[in-house]
Amino acid sequence: MNKPNTFMAGPDEDGRFGIFGGRFVAETLMPLILEVERNFNEAKDDPEFQAQVQGYLKQYVGRPSPLYFAERFTEHCGGAKVYFKREDLNHTGAHKINSCIGQILLAKRMGKKRIIAETGAGQHGVATATVCALFGLDCTVFMGATDIERQQPNVFRMKLLGAEVRPVTAGSGTLKDAMNEALRDWVANVHDTFYLIGTVAGPHPYPVMVREFQKIIGEETREQIMEQEGRLPDTLIACVGGGSNAMGLFYPFLDDADVRIIGVEAAGHGVDTDEHACSLTGGRPGVLHGNRTYLLQDDDGQIQEAHSISAGLDYPGIGPEHSYLYDMKRVEYHCITDQEAVDAFQLCTKLEGIIPALESSHAVAEAEKMAKEMSKDQIIVVNMSGRGDKDVNTIAKAMGTVL
Amino acid sequence: MSRIAKRFDALKKEGRSAFVTFVTAGDPDLKTSQELFAGLPEAGADILEIGMPFSDPMADGPAIQLGSQRALANGMTLKGVLALVADFRKTDNETPIVLMGYFNPIYSFGVDKFVVEAKEAGVDGFIIVDLPPEEEREFAIPAKDAGLDFIYLTTPTADDARLATIASKASGFIYYVSITGVTGTASAVASDVEAAVKRIKSHTDLPVAIGFGINTPDQAKVMAGLSDAAVVGSAIVKKIADNLDENATAKDGLVEDVLSYVNELARGVRAASA
Repeated sequence: MNKPNTFMAGPDEDGRFGIFGGRFVAETLMPLILEVERNFNEAKDDPEFQAQVQGYLKQYVGRPSPLYFAERFTEHCGGAKVYFKREDLNHTGAHKINSCIGQILLAKRMGKKRIIAETGAGQHGVATATVCALFGLDCTVFMGATDIERQQPNVFRMKLLGAEVRPVTAGSGTLKDAMNEALRDWVANVHDTFYLIGTVAGPHPYPVMVREFQKIIGEETREQIMEQEGRLPDTLIACVGGGSNAMGLFYPFLDDADVRIIGVEAAGHGVDTDEHACSLTGGRPGVLHGNRTYLLQDDDGQIQEAHSISAGLDYPGIGPEHSYLYDMKRVEYHCITDQEAVDAFQLCTKLEGIIPALESSHAVAEAEKMAKEMSKDQIIVVNMSGRGDKDVNTIAKAMGTVL
Repeated sequence: MSRIAKRFDALKKEGRSAFVTFVTAGDPDLKTSQELFAGLPEAGADILEIGMPFSDPMADGPAIQLGSQRALANGMTLKGVLALVADFRKTDNETPIVLMGYFNPIYSFGVDKFVVEAKEAGVDGFIIVDLPPEEEREFAIPAKDAGLDFIYLTTPTADDARLATIASKASGFIYYVSITGVTGTASAVASDVEAAVKRIKSHTDLPVAIGFGINTPDQAKVMAGLSDAAVVGSAIVKKIADNLDENATAKDGLVEDVLSYVNELARGVRAASA
């Protein structure tokens, strides 16, 4: 494959990143999807809208988030200097709020009265419920019954924020099924409802729209590392479920050929078992939830259940732009198992006093491996995409502790 | 002339609308499915819409979701769907067959290979829910190039410009989704449908079928009276579910019960004056 002049040009007007992406949705949704695209394109170029978004990100979310030098973690690894981009310090405790602010302002601009969302770990559900409370919009969050079980604190938070949490029992009761159900609701309520998608997946324009609202992570990182180190990092690391925190960090660095970029997929019990969530490493291209992308599927093209200890990574697909960057070999995708993530969770908590989300713990585990292989004058930036308070029950269970 | 065009022509001469039945291939199992398909034309089905089961049927309500799950649990595959069609064609070379489903299993099978094998099996057309006109290069164009119909859905959310686009790309017939919602979750409103059909007809000479919101023989009668075809899916699939035991296997008499219900619906359609 020829190397393109830039990796930052996508998607094309059909919403494609190479062969990935597109608009594979039911006809009922098409007029609305086109309307979302038109409105997003207008808003993107509207200084007033941009000022509104920036205002909320600064005053409400608390941006910019710090770029923190993790000194004790670095010492422990004994190699490259490791920085954490502290998205866990955002209001609601993860990067998800960045895109929620942007999307809800767009929904308001379009005159929509009701917001729906899907959620896995509950972080996107909480962020969505939060912005709905902030703007006084009606909110329904679809969440798999299995995920509701393992993320009780977030379920309660959403309810406190005034959202209706609708349990989804179809399939394995996880993120994929929640997304199916959200799409069904949307088809039935197109006239007044905006679907606030939590990741860089779904039909065009969602992958590009969510990336545009998340790329502030990478833009800030660039500025901050130049300030602190006077140069760009050698390596970027972020966990990938759908992949919005990763796209947010990676995008502004895609054309910096010297920056090595690593996305971390959740290997569950191991990528060589039936229980993992490595769509790129263990899947093949297919079409689901409005886009073509790498998917976990059987020989007949039926979608398989993913597995990860982290509800936010428990999805059999991945954003289409990641599939493109994988095929183009611009970004490497590695796998971290449940156990490695649990170990990294504990290590980071003890060494840095930062409790990382189980999702982000996958990136921390990869950083530990990478840092050891690198020299002391090299720099790694890890996206600390969320905080782990919500995961305390899961970790206790994994450690065999009864709370 | 294709089987679909022939059938609509013949019915036009009879002065009535077509009755289209939807049943998922392999629901609840291969053998029952074979018997159902074989019996549908005699029970009054003019066109068979056969569901290709998919793990994630985003545009379907609970009834068809469950039907899909039953078929997959009993081992139905895309190859199996084509084998069922080929089997049906051994005794019936007239009744049009339209496969309905989602794109991923076809994409996984290989589009070109699938078009060839579907044609060989005796398939006449396709309804692929997640392939709007914007994605026509994926499958609609290859299917039409092979002489098979690609039936587009149109919905209450389409404006005139979109209707015109769909009409220009459609073949076989146009399928009007009469509710904004997933299959089998609401009932169509006659006055809305009447206006919609009129609007669609101003863009095309193709027959217009009504579906997604027909749940009873009476509704089938009303909708058939307003259009060229009435499609019933969820209600028939529910009838299958009613005839399963606690292990989700077919009880004795399932086929007879479902076909007698289909016949009731068919009489509704025949009673309509189109």
